[in-house]
Formats: sequence, structure tokens, C-alpha cells
Amino acid sequence: MKRRALLAATLLAAPALAQASPKLVVIGGGFGGATAARALHRAGLAVTLVEPAAEYIACPFSNAVIAGLRDMDSQRFGLDGLRREGIALARQAATAVDAAARRVTLADGTALAYDRLVMAPGIDLRFDALPGYDAAAAETMPHAWKAGAQTLLLRRQLEAMEDGGLVVVAVPANPYRCPPGPYERASLIAHYLKTRKPRSKLLVLDAKDVFSKQKLFEQGWAALYPGLLEYVPLSGGGKLTEVDAKAGVLVTEFGEHRAAVANVIPPQRAGRIAEAAGVTDRSGWCPVDPVSFESRLQPGIHLIGDAIIAGAMPKSAFAANAQARVCAEAVLALLRGEAPATPKLINTCYSLLAPDYGISVAGVYQPADGLLTDVPGAGGTSPLEAPASQRRAEAGYAEDWFRTVTADAFG
Amino acid sequence: MARVLINLPRSAKRGELIEIRTLIQHGMETGYRPGPNGVTQQRDIIRSFTCLFDNEEVFHAELYQAIAANPFITFSMLATASGILAFTWTGDNGFAQTETRALTVT
Repeated sequence: MKRRALLAATLLAAPALAQASPKLVVIGGGFGGATAARALHRAGLAVTLVEPAAEYIACPFSNAVIAGLRDMDSQRFGLDGLRREGIALARQAATAVDAAARRVTLADGTALAYDRLVMAPGIDLRFDALPGYDAAAAETMPHAWKAGAQTLLLRRQLEAMEDGGLVVVAVPANPYRCPPGPYERASLIAHYLKTRKPRSKLLVLDAKDVFSKQKLFEQGWAALYPGLLEYVPLSGGGKLTEVDAKAGVLVTEFGEHRAAVANVIPPQRAGRIAEAAGVTDRSGWCPVDPVSFESRLQPGIHLIGDAIIAGAMPKSAFAANAQARVCAEAVLALLRGEAPATPKLINTCYSLLAPDYGISVAGVYQPADGLLTDVPGAGGTSPLEAPASQRRAEAGYAEDWFRTVTADAFG
Repeated sequence: MARVLINLPRSAKRGELIEIRTLIQHGMETGYRPGPNGVTQQRDIIRSFTCLFDNEEVFHAELYQAIAANPFITFSMLATASGILAFTWTGDNGFAQTETRALTVT
């Protein structure tokens, strides 16, 4: 009940605006950008959404596509619904942002003036962070960390692999998109191998020792995939130092592995336009005010989703959706000349360890000391001691979660 | 016995500078942290790391509470002749562990 009340609170208020018709521009048509565009449009504002792609391909559940459990078409969300609601779509990439002039430049040279800009730039993969791993190497050792062609490439590689092959999933250090995502992926690949290629082995090489929902994952792996899935943490020599994509070799600090299929998830940073707009710091991510989501580096620009430094809040679709609603309210308040209200935000996320085995984590966050911090005592994870029926129920809730968050973002 | 990882080339050319990496799985309890019962936990850290090459010290480090868990130490050595490298970690509560590796120099 509390959760619903919190969610609803961000949807209220259709304000009478002091200004005639302020111009709002949103960059990025993912979970954050689409949600923000719809929330601002619902409040009666003229909104232009800048997004070159005609459809968004969702990352949540794309691990099930890799494991052959789900069709790629279930991941596609067209932006036509937003257009039908009256949101103007600029089907181009934004190439520059002039914060002083309050202007976005598009790929064809057109300029869009704005009163306030919301950027949801998502992530870019860093092809300069791991020796040997560049864009060309990703065609041999897919990252599959942006859903689309890479997702299907990894799936085809698993399908083509002979039974008995070694699959490696390499996981980066924090921060990166979707903290539990690599472990869900490892689980579902293990499920694919167990049911289709049982003589194969899966090695998870991790650049850290601690991860999201760790106890639940490790318990599930021990029950479902003993002898098949081996997890190697940082302190076990799990950190990659170099790859040779042509030879299929992954080098770690303490050894090397020759993989039949290698899924390398490299370090990441905010999507490229964020750097062009001058809203990234030296970390490659975007510092923001946790109340208004306005950039700490450029006035008039708000940022949401995976690209921001959100403190305790993870980089997830649901977090982007929640931040978009709060950010839209803050933008409306600022346009009225009011101070934005201090928000509370919620994240929930589900992971599948097998098609009928789901686990979840939830958190509640509030601004403190300039960052979003955990509200003590709120949130939590699925219980460690739970019957199979509960894991099965949570796998179902995961489907409901996906339907809800995609409907809220894309209509 | 703590788990130890050591990475060095199996063989090297005479005069070559080789890189040696070591990691020991150890909690490095600082002695400043309260336990679940509220009582400060006793310090338990690795205090010293030494590498001998044929019984001659080639690298030594002192470790303190500010060193993170699972100390990762990497250093370089000039390969002059074939021999045995002995790595020793010692610490609180009588902790002592030695691992050896052979290096072939051609």
C-alpha cells in the first residue's frame, strides 16, 4: 500500500504554469526518456523526444532471449504510441547540446530550443578499458549489454557451440548497468547448457568479490547447476586484464582461459551525448542533484537513468522509470518558480535463475548528503529459505513487473 | 591455510624484467570494527610479505590496517639465473604461510 501511494504521489498535480508554453526537450527513448516525455506531456507541456531509433529494445528479460527461452519480438517497444499521444518525435541523434544557449543540435543540423532539457542517455560501452576488447572484438566476443543484434549474436554462438564447450561470462567492476544482470545471464546460460548441452561448462569471471543478491544466486547455483557453473571472484583471480578475441582467449590477473563462447561485459560510461553536453565528470558518469535531477555541471539540464551517479540507487529500468517521474515533477515545479519537493524513490528488480525460479530485490531511496541513499529498514530481498513454490511465483511476478514497467514507459 | 594465487612466467630470458603477482585470501580485520554483538573485533591482519630468490630477499612489504582484504601485491624482478622463489606471508595470531615456485632462466 505504501509503495502504491508513493508511486501515485509523483503522478498527481497538473499545474497551471506561469509561463505561456515552455519548451521541453527529452533526449533518449529508453525507459527513462520515454517515461519523462509522457509525464511532462500529461502535465500539458509541449514535449519533443529526440531518439533516432523507431523502437526501443528492452534489456530486462533479454537474458531469456539469449538462453532461447523468449522471442526477441517480446523485447521491442515502438515509440509510435508516444507520437499518438501528441509527443513530437525527432527521429535523429542529438549531436550537441549548448547549455548556455539552451539548444540541442540534431544530426541533420537542425536546432531545438528548450527551456528545460531532460537527458536519458543510457550507457556506452568503453572500448578503451580492456586491452584487446574493441568494437571489432565485440563481434567475436559479444557483450550483449545493449539489447539488439548483440543479444542475438550471443544466442547464435551458444546454439552453434558443440556440447562440451567452455562458455565464459566476464563481469566488470562497479558501476555498470543492471548490477544483478550478469548473474541472471549466467544462470540462464547455465540452464540452456544443462538442458541442451550438458557436458559443457560455464565459467563466470568477476572483477569484484561482492554482488547484488549474491547469497540468493549462490544458493540457487548450488541447487540448480552444481559442477556446471563455476564462479571466480576478484580474490580468486576473476579480473580480466586482456582478451584475444581471434584466439578466443581471456587473460586474467592469474591465468588464462580459452573459451568456445565468450561473453565479455566491459566497463561502461554515460551515453556519448552526455559527454558532448558537458554533463559528465572524470568518472564518465553524470553528477546530479538528487532532488531535482538537475546536472551539477550545466544548469537547465536534467539527467535520469543509467547515466547518472545515483548513489545507492542501481542502474536499472525501474530506477530510470522512477527517476523520470520525480524529475518531471521537479521540472514542472521549477517552471512554476517553486522549489521541487524532496522525493522518495523505489527500485524493484527481479532475476531469473531458471524459467520457474525467480528472486527479487527492492530498495527505497531518499536524498541525503547530496546523493540518493538507502532508507534504512525499507526494501530487502527474497528470503533465503523459501519453497520452490515461492521461487515459481516470483518468476511470474517478474513477467508482471516487465509488463507494468514497459506499459508505463511506452504506453 | 589461506588460498594463495601467484602469477609469474614459467621461464624468462637472462636479464629480462619479469612481473610477479600475488594474492592471498585474507579478511584483514582492522581491529577497529564492531562485530554483530557490538564488541570491537580483534585485529587480524597480514603484517609482512617477503619474497626470497634462492634464500636472498628480493622483495619485502609491511602491511597495515588500511590494506584491503585479500592483499594483492605485484612487483618486478630482474631474472638473472634459474632458481626457487619463496613467498612468505606472516601476520597476527601466529599466521604464517609459505609458497614456492620455480623460475627457469635461459
